Amino acid sequence: MSKPFAITLNIGSSLANHTGSWRSERPVYVNRMPPCNNACPAGEDVQGWLYEGESGNYEQAWRNLVRDNPFPAIMGRICYHPCQTACNRADVDEAVGINSVERFLGDQAIDKGWQFTAPTTKSGRRILIVGSGPSGLSAAYHLAMKGHEVVIRESAAEPGGMMRYGIPAYRLPREVLDAEISRLVNIGVRIECNTKVENPESAIKDGFDAVFLAIGAHLGKRAYIPAGDTVRILDAVSVLHMTADGEPPLLGRSVVVYGGGNTALDAARTAKRLGAYEAIVVYRRTQEKMPAHASELKEALEEGIVMRWLSTIAWVNSGAVTIERMELDSAGMPQPTGEFESLQADSVILALGQEVDLSIVEGIQGITIDDGVIEVNEFLMTGRDGIFAGGDAVPGERTATNAIGHGKHAARAINSWLEGQTFVHAPRPELASFDRLNTWYYSDAPKKVRPKLDAARRAESFAEVVQGLDEATALFEARRCLSCGNCFGCDNCFGVCPDNAVIKLADGKYEINLDYCKGCGICANECPCGAIDMVPERS
Amino acid sequence: MSTPLKFYQVGSFAVGNRLLGDEQLSVQSRSDRTNSLTSGHRACQGCGEALGARYVMDAAMAATDGKVIAVNATGCLEVFSTPYPETSWRLPWMHSLFGNAAPVATGVAFALKAQGRSDIRVVAQGGDGGTVDIGFGPLSGMFERNDDVLYVCYDNEAYMNTGVQRSGATPPAARTNTTHAVGENPGASFTQGKNLPKIAMAHGIPYVATASVSDLHDLEEKVTKAMSMHGARYLHVLVPCPLGWGTRSEETIKLARLATESGLFPVYEAEDGVVTATKKIRKQVPVDEYLQIQKRFSHLFGPKGNPELVKAIQEIANRNIAEFDLLGEAQ
Repeated sequence: MSKPFAITLNIGSSLANHTGSWRSERPVYVNRMPPCNNACPAGEDVQGWLYEGESGNYEQAWRNLVRDNPFPAIMGRICYHPCQTACNRADVDEAVGINSVERFLGDQAIDKGWQFTAPTTKSGRRILIVGSGPSGLSAAYHLAMKGHEVVIRESAAEPGGMMRYGIPAYRLPREVLDAEISRLVNIGVRIECNTKVENPESAIKDGFDAVFLAIGAHLGKRAYIPAGDTVRILDAVSVLHMTADGEPPLLGRSVVVYGGGNTALDAARTAKRLGAYEAIVVYRRTQEKMPAHASELKEALEEGIVMRWLSTIAWVNSGAVTIERMELDSAGMPQPTGEFESLQADSVILALGQEVDLSIVEGIQGITIDDGVIEVNEFLMTGRDGIFAGGDAVPGERTATNAIGHGKHAARAINSWLEGQTFVHAPRPELASFDRLNTWYYSDAPKKVRPKLDAARRAESFAEVVQGLDEATALFEARRCLSCGNCFGCDNCFGVCPDNAVIKLADGKYEINLDYCKGCGICANECPCGAIDMVPERS
Repeated sequence: MSTPLKFYQVGSFAVGNRLLGDEQLSVQSRSDRTNSLTSGHRACQGCGEALGARYVMDAAMAATDGKVIAVNATGCLEVFSTPYPETSWRLPWMHSLFGNAAPVATGVAFALKAQGRSDIRVVAQGGDGGTVDIGFGPLSGMFERNDDVLYVCYDNEAYMNTGVQRSGATPPAARTNTTHAVGENPGASFTQGKNLPKIAMAHGIPYVATASVSDLHDLEEKVTKAMSMHGARYLHVLVPCPLGWGTRSEETIKLARLATESGLFPVYEAEDGVVTATKKIRKQVPVDEYLQIQKRFSHLFGPKGNPELVKAIQEIANRNIAEFDLLGEAQ
């Protein structure tokens, strides 16, 4: 080819110049552990199901959610949502209302009749689960989804454990509970009610390959209180259980509840609904030290429950209780002051905690008890080979969500044990911390708060107190998720690269074109959710 | 000045979002964007000018159905994009001399007019040196004649291509190779410099706007609007320069953001010489936050620092905030 004077090279595109050779660091797309997932006791992939929900694909979101937790409609009502406490968005404006979106998905599933699909190939293994509370049901679900045959034996008349007999209907309507339990029955889980298991060891002899003890903690703790005979003294667990059975106890017009946990508040709120004119909660320490959750306290106060902080019951007599005022000492422990006061009371409800009925494990070789609960190893197995335990009967936080997490963990451990293997957790990615976010890109959007029944109205009935979100609001709320540590397809990296070195793939993901990436790091710096790491090139 | 989708995770401020419909996407979020300035160019890592030039030219191409002729002044942009025999431009592009991008663009516009090609539009572009200093007179002539050209200045606040010498757009106190950080008044002199957007406005031309690489949606809207108009139009884009400013390559966009959020670089548009819209500050920051991460201002900080000069720079930001109502309610 003839060229002009002094010209020796052919004209061409700069694409011939591979500037990637300048690079000392390369961007790498990563998936980090969002704080919500990290905090979830049931191990839900919160960010993952919100991602599906954001596009309005609610069924996929629900299916993603129930991979870990089969009870979104229940959780969306009674979970104390540690995910929201951990949510990074709280540092931008307000935490994402994860719990209300979960409830929305759970309610959608019930409305639309979405079901689980059990595997068609069966393992031929049989597992007995003792108790149908959250940990028992959760274990049953995860084991059934692995193809095992599952039988649950429940001593009460209906399944649900504390979800039915401990949590009042105004927090968890029974039709929601029934709907989510029935899905397990539909995939072949057999629930035998009114059946008390006396000896789990004999079940193994009867052909069960493993047993999971999910017996809960149903015995109310008692405390000695000097009392005359005109005041009824009951324990909160019984009051809630009888109410759930439709045979509520007669409590009278003035009720005093003793204790500071969620059960105390549930009992007081239930007493109001049963017609008590006055329900007073006596607690020996301060509001800050109270174990009950703040949201429950707020709702109780709205319903007219009266709190007596720093008080203990000294004695009970002829239609009245005498309380003593306490003071916190320098160590923060309540100490008596000698100042007394009398409160009118037709009945006293003790809500001082619950204990496990351990008679079922008595005499079983190898099973040990510590501080009133069954000892288990990291795989939730007791000292007796093949007998596992979880939920409130073992050490740990006593919440329904934690119990559901136990059920999942036990199911995996049992599954591995049946195969003669040791269950190994998938490695946890690094936490997607707030400092890795570029919050500039997130527009301000406050949380949608679930509407509540008018406090005065709801105290008269067991109608559900907290209402759900409508679709538009739930969608809005899902889209407030920052997607911490996981790409959500915002095109920022694709847009901000000065070298066009980011390729947008058909599936919505991205890829770095290392022929041209100079490693400037703008993509990583401007990624809103911190899903790009800069990794040094090997020299 | 944002995507129509509010309250998505990032709908208002990120480049795009997987949930946006096709018609709502920014030009830069489209897989089929022109990539007017394509890969393989020899700009430094994290070059703000390379980014700004692609943003502007892709938007101009999208607005005109791909019918743009670009005329380039001498400068970094010209040098790094066209070292013979390679070119990074994917549109008709020409370069003449340092100071004459505006008159050459005028000539192209008139030639097109003579041929009856009213569909083809002309964009001239240059750095701050070629615009506010060397090409200043001819550019003023282009404004005065109201020639049908969009002139875009990529302002990185000094002559970076030739080794960081001060230009008329270098900010006060900044260290360059011709304004050393020595003496009583270290760095560039404390004057207004040449505020070209205001000078352009004083010509009463149809459209003048400022923008930065930190707000893509705003920048694309301004280019699109400018391409819908005729006559002389001027767009002034702030493009941080890691080499000349002494900044980390990954902080280019962050710097542009801090410049606008501190009030030092007001973002606004004007029609026929009158300001019609200003971009409000979202999260105001003191100028320190912007200055401290730049080596060209390092003599203002530390034990031997100069708090008085920092205060004086804050005064400039305060004056901008007052003049353009940068903290007011968003329109």
